[in-house]
Amino acid sequence: MTPSRTSFPENMEQNQMQSADFHFDMPYALDAGIGLNRDTVEYISTVKGEDRWLRAFRLQALEAFLAMPMPEILKPYVGNDLNFDKIRYYLANNQVPQHSWDDVSSEIKATFDRLGIPERERKFLAGVEAQFDSEAAYNRIQDTIAKEGVIFVDSTVGLKKYSEIFRKYFASVVPINDNKFSALNSAVFSGGSFIYVPKGVKVKQPLQAYFRINAQNFGQFERTLIVVDEDAEVTYMEGCTAPRFETATLHSAVVELIALKNSKIQYITVQNWSNNVYNLVTKRSIAHENAEIRWIDCNIGSKLTVKYPTILLAGEKARGEVLSIALASDNQTQITGAKMIHLADGTTSNIISKSISKGNGLASYRGIVHVNEKLKSCKNNTQCDALLIDHCSRSDTYPKITVHGDKNNVQHEASVSKIDEERLYYLQQRGISQSQATSLCVNGFVNELIQEFPIEYSVELKRLIDLELDPKNKK
Amino acid sequence: MKMNALEIRNLTLSVDRKPILNDFSLAIPGGEIHVLMGKNGMGKSSLAKAIAGHPDYEVIRGEIIFRGENITQLPPEERAQRGIFLAFQHPVEIPGVSIANFIRAAMNAQNKKMETVAFYRLLHENMDRLGLNRNFSPRALNVGFSGGEKKRCEVLQMLMLRPSFAILDEIDSGLDIDALKLVAGNINSLRSETFAGLVITHYQRLLDHITPDHVHIIENGKMIHSGGPEIVYELEKKGYALLNPEETS
Repeated sequence: MTPSRTSFPENMEQNQMQSADFHFDMPYALDAGIGLNRDTVEYISTVKGEDRWLRAFRLQALEAFLAMPMPEILKPYVGNDLNFDKIRYYLANNQVPQHSWDDVSSEIKATFDRLGIPERERKFLAGVEAQFDSEAAYNRIQDTIAKEGVIFVDSTVGLKKYSEIFRKYFASVVPINDNKFSALNSAVFSGGSFIYVPKGVKVKQPLQAYFRINAQNFGQFERTLIVVDEDAEVTYMEGCTAPRFETATLHSAVVELIALKNSKIQYITVQNWSNNVYNLVTKRSIAHENAEIRWIDCNIGSKLTVKYPTILLAGEKARGEVLSIALASDNQTQITGAKMIHLADGTTSNIISKSISKGNGLASYRGIVHVNEKLKSCKNNTQCDALLIDHCSRSDTYPKITVHGDKNNVQHEASVSKIDEERLYYLQQRGISQSQATSLCVNGFVNELIQEFPIEYSVELKRLIDLELDPKNKK
Repeated sequence: MKMNALEIRNLTLSVDRKPILNDFSLAIPGGEIHVLMGKNGMGKSSLAKAIAGHPDYEVIRGEIIFRGENITQLPPEERAQRGIFLAFQHPVEIPGVSIANFIRAAMNAQNKKMETVAFYRLLHENMDRLGLNRNFSPRALNVGFSGGEKKRCEVLQMLMLRPSFAILDEIDSGLDIDALKLVAGNINSLRSETFAGLVITHYQRLLDHITPDHVHIIENGKMIHSGGPEIVYELEKKGYALLNPEETS
């Protein structure tokens, strides 16, 4: 079988990122059909051989999804571009991921080769999961950390093999009816990662999941649950891509993080969706006593992204941080932000959001900082900076801050700047082309924040931003 | 006869449909440094920006010839790549882009790429020559710089890029007398048969340190005087009214 859109590039290294726009026409052994109803959900549950409680959970979630109203922000799209009756909710060839790339089917292996996943795995990852449409095609962790009791599997395997711990935390941070899309995910979820890090184990190298959409008119609904036990640490990175189709693709994940006492979780997302993707994701975490959770969220591409990583600071002295970068190009809307819910004394949180709008792109920041009554010594710092590249670019900021009591310290700063003609002219006067000058200004704008990221990701992110700004590249 | 580095032929220029220069001509032969003087708002900075290709300045008539090539329609980066450098009167701030990275990007764009160690050696040498602390190199370009630091940073870029033609727009403003001497000394160090320059200033004090080959005086978008450097001292004493006898009476 051959790739149907583009041929293999001669120079893999150079074209690695461009090459996200390709897909393979392939038959799927398991297909829940088009549209969503009770049968779809039953089919998914049956194929996965699930327990009765989980089937009931899914069906309850379907009811909730159907009953909940469409969020205002989506109303302009629904029925036109985004049609729930035209989406395929489950496509797979297998339920069991392979543990060696040699055993992965050729099209799927070719896909991840082109995205550079096996190479990254060799270089600096402690474990990899690679999901292709609905199910993980590959999953492996280093023997050394497996021996320490670290679990890193996809959710399908997690629910079967580790059902006791999975079930204990599953849907504990994001309940079914949290929002319409958490309900949808709860009804049809498949894939995603399940991670458990036992007490005191510090996983030094990152675990990486890669989510790839291959099929047209498809919805990807992965479900990720990460539980880090007392005094343990982990860094998880996810990357996502899809080819460019004429029709809409839906990506609607639910991610739950549980950081127990004194533990640390760092969750890094670099998404590079093509601009036919609706990316409607619920990400929420809970930090217990003296635990630390950090979301690094980079949103590039997609037609519409709605995502606000949330941290419930539930234990004393818990710390939360959300660092986000959003780039909204032509015809793209990025609605991103963060929610910090302070529920215990001495909890601190930090939000830094940088958004870039290009052409008629719209980047909106929405955030909530909430400090419960009677709390003391809580701190929040929020900084939102927006950069506009063109005259028609837009950026909005909607911070909502509710602080009860007067023994807490909350501050919010926002700025909007523009790459104006004078700045570009100054750079061009030194011989730098206009597109390179724009890219230099954008990189400068995000630079300080990117330095906070692990080095491998900062390099990749800079390259993605350059690619997105390159006028030759139309996604 | 020496070839002209820059020649402006009958240039009529407007910005936002407002006329700025009218039938303006000027020739600067290779190896020479000329000075352009005139009161505020007479079109000096406009001329500088137009030579360097600012998109807001529309050429209604006339031509800008650089080393024999008509560059009137070229975008700014291509003019820069041919060797034109403008030290801005008001350098803009570029947050997050360090001086060192910016100068490297500019050198790469102009095919003057250097290997890292050699680049930093040269950068630090030139910073020393301008009395700029080496700690400055990772700082974001012009962000939070004093007026004098901005001007020195402009000259630093010039020393690194080694243009064949430089326009220095009020490079002396914001500089104390010691800094002025340093900057002037560095401009003089570029003087050669292959370098030409146009210095825009209000004051004779810069010209105590840079001796121009020629002085031009502009008023209301027109050249009203061209001659030797001696005019500068008379201007300093008598003001621009010297050239406009009607106003003195």
